[in-house]
Amino acid sequence: MNNVNSINITDLPWIIEYDSEKCMLCGKCCAVCSFNAIKVDVQKRKKVRAISNEEGFSIDSDQKAIPVIKQVVNETNFCRGCGMCTKVCPNGAIKAVRNNTESFGTRYRAKSAQSVKRGGRSNLHTEGRTLDKIKIGRISQMTDPSLDALRHTFDVRTNLGRVVPADKLKFEVVNGELKEIKNIQMPVNTSIYPIIISDMSIGALSPRMWEAIAIAVAYLNEVKGIPIRMCTGEGGIPEKLLRSKYLKYMILQIASGHFGWNRIINSMPYMQTNPAGILIKIGQGAKPGDGGLLMAEKNVRLIQEIRGVPKADLLSPPNHQGLYSIEESVQKMFLSMNCAFKFKVPVAVKVAASSTSVSVYNNLLRDPYNIVGGFFLDGLQGGTGAAHEISLNHTGHPITSKLRDCYLSAVKQGKQGQIPIFAGGGIGMNGNLAADTFKMICLGANGVFIGKLILQIAGCIGNDFGKCNACNTGKCPIGITTQNSKLTKRLDIDTVSQNIVNYICAADVELKKLLAPIGNSTLPIGRSDALICVDKNVANRLEIPYAC
Amino acid sequence: MCRIGSIKSNKYIHPSLTLKLMRSQQKGHDNSGFAIVMQDLGGIFENYKDLPILSMAVTDEGMKYAEDLLHKKGFVRVFQYNMEVNPDINLDIQPMPNYIFEVFQYPKNYKNASRNEKENLLLDCRLKLRKLLEENNEGYVYSFYEDIISLKEIGNPNDIGKYFNLRDESVNIKAKILTVQCRQNTNYDIVRYAAHPFFLQGYTTLTNGENTFFEKNKLIQQNLFKGYIGFESDSQCFLYTLHYMHKILKWPLKYYKHILTPLPYEEIQKRPDKNVLERIRTTLANFEINGPNTTIGVLPDGTMINVIDSKKLRPTVVAKGNYNENDMVIITSEVTGVNEILPNRDINNDIYTNERETIVVDNDLNIERIKQ
Repeated sequence: MNNVNSINITDLPWIIEYDSEKCMLCGKCCAVCSFNAIKVDVQKRKKVRAISNEEGFSIDSDQKAIPVIKQVVNETNFCRGCGMCTKVCPNGAIKAVRNNTESFGTRYRAKSAQSVKRGGRSNLHTEGRTLDKIKIGRISQMTDPSLDALRHTFDVRTNLGRVVPADKLKFEVVNGELKEIKNIQMPVNTSIYPIIISDMSIGALSPRMWEAIAIAVAYLNEVKGIPIRMCTGEGGIPEKLLRSKYLKYMILQIASGHFGWNRIINSMPYMQTNPAGILIKIGQGAKPGDGGLLMAEKNVRLIQEIRGVPKADLLSPPNHQGLYSIEESVQKMFLSMNCAFKFKVPVAVKVAASSTSVSVYNNLLRDPYNIVGGFFLDGLQGGTGAAHEISLNHTGHPITSKLRDCYLSAVKQGKQGQIPIFAGGGIGMNGNLAADTFKMICLGANGVFIGKLILQIAGCIGNDFGKCNACNTGKCPIGITTQNSKLTKRLDIDTVSQNIVNYICAADVELKKLLAPIGNSTLPIGRSDALICVDKNVANRLEIPYAC
Repeated sequence: MCRIGSIKSNKYIHPSLTLKLMRSQQKGHDNSGFAIVMQDLGGIFENYKDLPILSMAVTDEGMKYAEDLLHKKGFVRVFQYNMEVNPDINLDIQPMPNYIFEVFQYPKNYKNASRNEKENLLLDCRLKLRKLLEENNEGYVYSFYEDIISLKEIGNPNDIGKYFNLRDESVNIKAKILTVQCRQNTNYDIVRYAAHPFFLQGYTTLTNGENTFFEKNKLIQQNLFKGYIGFESDSQCFLYTLHYMHKILKWPLKYYKHILTPLPYEEIQKRPDKNVLERIRTTLANFEINGPNTTIGVLPDGTMINVIDSKKLRPTVVAKGNYNENDMVIITSEVTGVNEILPNRDINNDIYTNERETIVVDNDLNIERIKQ
């Protein structure tokens, strides 16, 4: 009776409901399933009939073997509920249904002695969504005129780079004009859109997906006049891009694995333009204290070439080796990255939101060299391509109060705005990026960064209720987070780029629809009096008015 | 909307003129207050140009606080003027027991002190006195500075005028620069300190409208300088920004506009001075106002200025003319007020300040329009 101890179909997170009556055995569902979670099988069917006759009745039986679609039951090829089979079935004969018994994790661990890994973000939903409890409640009504979102001009811009206090600006007055004092370089500062596409590497993403984002970013800048930036993620970028003028829209990331930097450094003499920034990644909100994780399945030849690594699981260390303190990071990492680009590129840092974030931010604000150009704070509702489920579900810190704490801590010291804060981790999670962005800005963020939402725009069918969440497997059914050439071909680059462009354009309109009623033509960074909160505890915590 | 106005004259003029300027501009129930700051004083104060004058509205006890505090610091009173009042039960006013202007001599040990040291002392004393009066609820101190007096009161501006005999020209208080406001900032609590003109170390501003970036302004300003206090009104921020930019940063006046209403990014890119403008916009982002507002300001040297917000939603008119053989420039909310005082001027020369300029009136009453 070994069977009673092995994984049973009722342990699986998703159970396939299949109607053989409707099935016409076209095989499309099996072909499309990238997880091999279903297979064609043969079932024995036997019908016993009683037939009445003069003597009473006789028994007859009808036996046949029929081909069916059958769910695979094991701990590797289990159904992720992606729904691709339903999508391709012409007759609606098959669908995956969520099994809420939640015993799979237990079975998996007991069987494999491995921790459960997956992609996506927290599926626990223990805390509710703070941003949805906040409204923009200070509307211009007679005190001052609302603006017209369609007719007024709005300057939807923020800045990346260190801001020195006004009395430290190196200006001199010459003939009644302020002039920059020659030969004294002030910290670099750039004007950008308040939404940054966050660091998702080529490797975590398929090259086609990454390229689609890069094309969309270039288009938004060059054609739509929206100065959005994207971060490359750890792992380098194609050499051709490094040497192109479009590098100016890219924020290059250096993370603990330093993947891809060999190629970046070798390309530096040939760069036509500086990158938009450098982002030193210390941590990630979805799996704080954990390094990057690229399974060998996804580390294909192209990725090996870009990163300069052999075929193996790529596990970035949880911390930058040789780094022991904040001051040291400023002296070593910030200074070296600043030097590399002659102090002309803002160098920012990305950390996972944590109880320690305010201390880190305070310490960076005291950076005497003015070389810390941005603070990217990533909350626990962020996503990831691959992580241990325990990290996704049980570690991390919500972003909203942490952002507010950091901002208010700077206010207390009169240093708000000196190191721009960008907040991420679940921004746009409910589908409305503009609303989330606007609220975070009012709470003190200079801008936000988004990752998961971009994947969703590209067609990711995963959700935060256990659907798909298989980015780590390299078997993404949409072709987004896979290196399998058959699967990546499912992704149409042009359509994805177009969708991203469209979404950002829509968000831009919506941002203006929020700016207009509060009477502002520029971003209300830190204007928390524009917000109200319908939850008293949240209102108290964030120091914004409670309303009911 | 607050009605604000300022008159800069080549000769000393009587404050009754401000009531004339304001009366026709009054609308609806704009009856919450009246305030005036007079600079470059004539009449009974003409002989005390170099001495600081304390302006306050206090109880008897409050007077004692001031006396004790300033005597302890070594100030010696050389002249005191108590406003004569007309108590009338029918007047809409919430009067204080005493309205006092006291002229002091600097402490002896400040004989050779620098201008900065003296200004610092005056400010410290005013802040200390304000705290003392506030804590004990004994009154209000509005200014303590050379050649400046201020008066603020809650009530109907007309009645306040009657109460203080402001229309009686035999009261020998005059000045070359008068700044005045009717109606308080009623979006917030009606308190005396919320009434503009606001004054700090020789700088005066009046602002109407709504500073929608009040919170941002306040949060950055409150840590910058000890004199940036109160914030009873969103309009105080305009004074502190002017003071910070001009006195502390020592930047030329034209950059005030660049701080309050920076040019859009695209326009900055077309400018030869784009590096400086971009840097100002980023560095002083928390000082931006994002209107709608109009601000009239006066500098310590008597220069009078006017800027409006970039969305051009609060009007002002600047007019030059002659009144009783006084040449003067008036800046005010509505032209009706100017018409009362300067009916014979050439109205073609009136300036309606635009959203991208700073009006600067120098001591010879020349009007300059500085394009942002």
